[in-house]
Amino acid sequence: MKTFINIILTVAIAFILGLFLPWWSVMIAGFIIGTVVGLKKASSFFVPFLAIALLWIVNAWFLAQPNDFTMTKKIAVLLPLEGNTFLLFLITGVVGGIAAGVAGVFGNQCKQLIAGKK
Amino acid sequence: MKSVKFLVSLLFTLGIFYGLNTKFGDIPPMGKFLSPNQGFWKNEVTESDVAKETLEISGLKSPVTVHYDESLIPHVFAQNDEDLYRAQGYITAQHRLWQLEFQTFASGGRLSEIVGEAAIEYDRGQRRKGMGFGADNALKEMMKHPEEVKLLEAYRDGINAYIESLSVGEIPVEYKILDYKPEPWTTKKTALLLMYMTDMLAGRDVDLENTNFVKLFGQETFDLLFPNFYADQDPVIPQERDWSSFDLETVEKPDVDFPSDFIKETMDKPNPHNGSNNWAIAPSKSVSGNPILANDPHLQLNLPSIWYVMQLTTPEKNTFGATLPGAMGIIIGFNQNIAWGVTNATRDVKDWYKIEFQDENRKAYKYDNEWKATTEVIEEIKVRGKSTVYDTVTYTHYGPVTYDHTHKGNGEKVGYAMKWTGHLPNNNQQTFLDLNKAKNYDEYAAALKHFTAPAQNFVFASREGDIALWIQGELANKWPEQGKFLMDGSDSRYEWQSFIPQHQNAYVKNPERGFVSSANQHPTDEKYPYYVYDDGYETYRNRVINNFFRSKEKFDIQDFKDLQANNFNLKAAELIPTMLDNMDRSSLTANEEQMLSTIEDWDFNNNIDAEGASIWEKWWDNLYRMTWDELYNLDVAINRPSDYQTIWLLKNQPNHPWFDRKETPEIETAKDLYFQSFRDAVQDLTVWQSRTGKSLKWVDYKGTFVGHLLQALPAFSRFNLPIGGNSGIVNATSENHGPSWRMIVELGNEPNALGIYPGGQSGNPGSKFYDNMIDRWAAGEYIPLFFMKSADQASDRIIFSQNLSPAK
Repeated sequence: MKTFINIILTVAIAFILGLFLPWWSVMIAGFIIGTVVGLKKASSFFVPFLAIALLWIVNAWFLAQPNDFTMTKKIAVLLPLEGNTFLLFLITGVVGGIAAGVAGVFGNQCKQLIAGKK
Repeated sequence: MKSVKFLVSLLFTLGIFYGLNTKFGDIPPMGKFLSPNQGFWKNEVTESDVAKETLEISGLKSPVTVHYDESLIPHVFAQNDEDLYRAQGYITAQHRLWQLEFQTFASGGRLSEIVGEAAIEYDRGQRRKGMGFGADNALKEMMKHPEEVKLLEAYRDGINAYIESLSVGEIPVEYKILDYKPEPWTTKKTALLLMYMTDMLAGRDVDLENTNFVKLFGQETFDLLFPNFYADQDPVIPQERDWSSFDLETVEKPDVDFPSDFIKETMDKPNPHNGSNNWAIAPSKSVSGNPILANDPHLQLNLPSIWYVMQLTTPEKNTFGATLPGAMGIIIGFNQNIAWGVTNATRDVKDWYKIEFQDENRKAYKYDNEWKATTEVIEEIKVRGKSTVYDTVTYTHYGPVTYDHTHKGNGEKVGYAMKWTGHLPNNNQQTFLDLNKAKNYDEYAAALKHFTAPAQNFVFASREGDIALWIQGELANKWPEQGKFLMDGSDSRYEWQSFIPQHQNAYVKNPERGFVSSANQHPTDEKYPYYVYDDGYETYRNRVINNFFRSKEKFDIQDFKDLQANNFNLKAAELIPTMLDNMDRSSLTANEEQMLSTIEDWDFNNNIDAEGASIWEKWWDNLYRMTWDELYNLDVAINRPSDYQTIWLLKNQPNHPWFDRKETPEIETAKDLYFQSFRDAVQDLTVWQSRTGKSLKWVDYKGTFVGHLLQALPAFSRFNLPIGGNSGIVNATSENHGPSWRMIVELGNEPNALGIYPGGQSGNPGSKFYDNMIDRWAAGEYIPLFFMKSADQASDRIIFSQNLSPAK
């Protein structure tokens, strides 16, 4: 339950930051969640990872679906994923997730470093 | 321990940020690119779904209304010209921003800034051709006309207003793939875009290749293989035309011998198939009694398309047609009273002068009995991710020394300078603005006077019932053979002495035969009193078109459609009977026998399901190569004879030594070549079929595609389009080249116009309007062009509207 709340919290922070910051706002969101919330070990990576993967995939879906995935299909050829749009959504989620995840771990380390000094 | 973990995670975070924010080779910066906030997902939009109803644009004097029809064609209603062109700039940018900018980068030799060192040689070539020099000259000329400057600046500001309105997420996807940003538009960029067209259409010449040919094979052979006039052609201006009213300004050929150099290598040339068809019929030849006009320019087939279609209106004018993103007004189109179109009036307007420098410093060159000073231009080519490249280009009074010791030249003290009408100060833009509002023949003829290069065959029809065709450009009045070969730049007798007076450019108005037409063939026959030369006159389409209009009394719009889609292969029809007569069938294999009978049964139409067309094309390719085997893999630049002259020689001098194949001990004749090239063709086609698994149907063998401007990125291109035709055929669609805009206009009380092009109005690959016209274009269909009378006209063809209002 707590993990779930943390994920929602990360999504919310990233969403708000994303309104006025570029793509790396998700890294800030990950960092904040890692610093502020006491995440343990693996979850310091996976909470932001899952949160941002979810955010990006859902966000992308809402952009692409009303336009019948016209651009999505083409980028799935360009990248090249042999036209596999499912994979493109997945990669989008993973890339956003990793960016936020490492920032989360870094945030967590900052928090521990500061806590250790006390 | 904690600090180690801290450091490691910090480095990791920075590494990931850098890795996802940076472009590696062709891979876009993945974090940026995949982010739904600013990446390609934001380009997943169709204009009709997201258009804002009201846009504020600073500088507008009055509100402008724009209605978009079901093809996303904007119908722009402005109160004055300045607002009109400001709106044109804004709307064009809205749909075509990336292309708009990319083409001017390509024109000015700045692609290295976008794609890196791979484009350096290309950029150097553009600079050495003097593309910027020509654009500057044109701009200077335009600046002399304050009224026009205002419009150019309004157009510029319209584009820039759109650029400034863009959020990071809204910029076109190509910027995101290549990871760069749009820069502000300038009036110079409009001049560069026009230079881009000039180079495409009038940038080709083979003078240096001709010099090499004569040196290798002699003047007599050259004259046989490259005659000034081909036999049995049907020129643009009907042969009945009487020129006696022309008070000729003659130029005498001086007593000179052309310099005889070997030029190893020349720069890439524009596609020789760049050309077009146009024609118009007079009321007397029209079923409805209304004049009808048609035009289809043949260019490389690209996405986004080179054309963008608009209706542009003010209280003074109402004009509709194809625009060129980057230039003001309608380029090919119509209004209430007239219609006009263009084909390329190819002419040797680019000549080469051998420059003899005083010494290795190249500060001066010999001219008659003196040393004339050069000027140096240091071209700065910025290269993405590398240091800037500097290239010194020397200018003479002729023009830039394109070839010198650093660029395909012949040593430190020799250069080859270009003299080109493309560099002349010009106000081509004015011609189109004037045509847009022209009401009759006189205003059309007056509009053309500004037009310098690329020389065009301007076809014309008016509601009043006039038809006409002017071959307009600023054309040097040359002595016979002047500029056909390299000339001596140190001898003033080689100079262009004057230009053909504008009113003596070849033209015809209301000819007896009731129609005018052009297809890039000879402008006139030998009777035209001025010297005319080009290496690339068209030899087949012109005759098919003119014969079509001689085939019956009266024509209608359906006939025009049929003619634009006409797949008759006159070249094949003129040679295949001879080939078949000469075939010794006794030794054919079963496979060969079968293919030969396919050819025999073929009706000479390059229709999509014709197998005979595929066999013929391969057969002809092989025959051509075998015939001119001596002209491949030479260590100097060379031009090869035209298909037409090759066929003439095959039929008229079948035992000519050129038909002997050098790699065989036997002495071959044309007859042997027919057989050997056929046998090779069967072999090649069989291998091709087993490799590709495709049928021999022409559609499969040709494989027409429309390629994205970025090296035909497969994701953004369209392949294997079901369309017939080929180069040399009226439906000139070859693999990646052909009718880039098809237009038919009947001028009745209201213009009845049809048009289509292989693309879509939107440049965004994520839009449904990106390529939506391609299938209909391939099928030979048209869009009825919705000529609106006023902004208040209600219609269910309008899918959305925008109000552009002055920013407060």
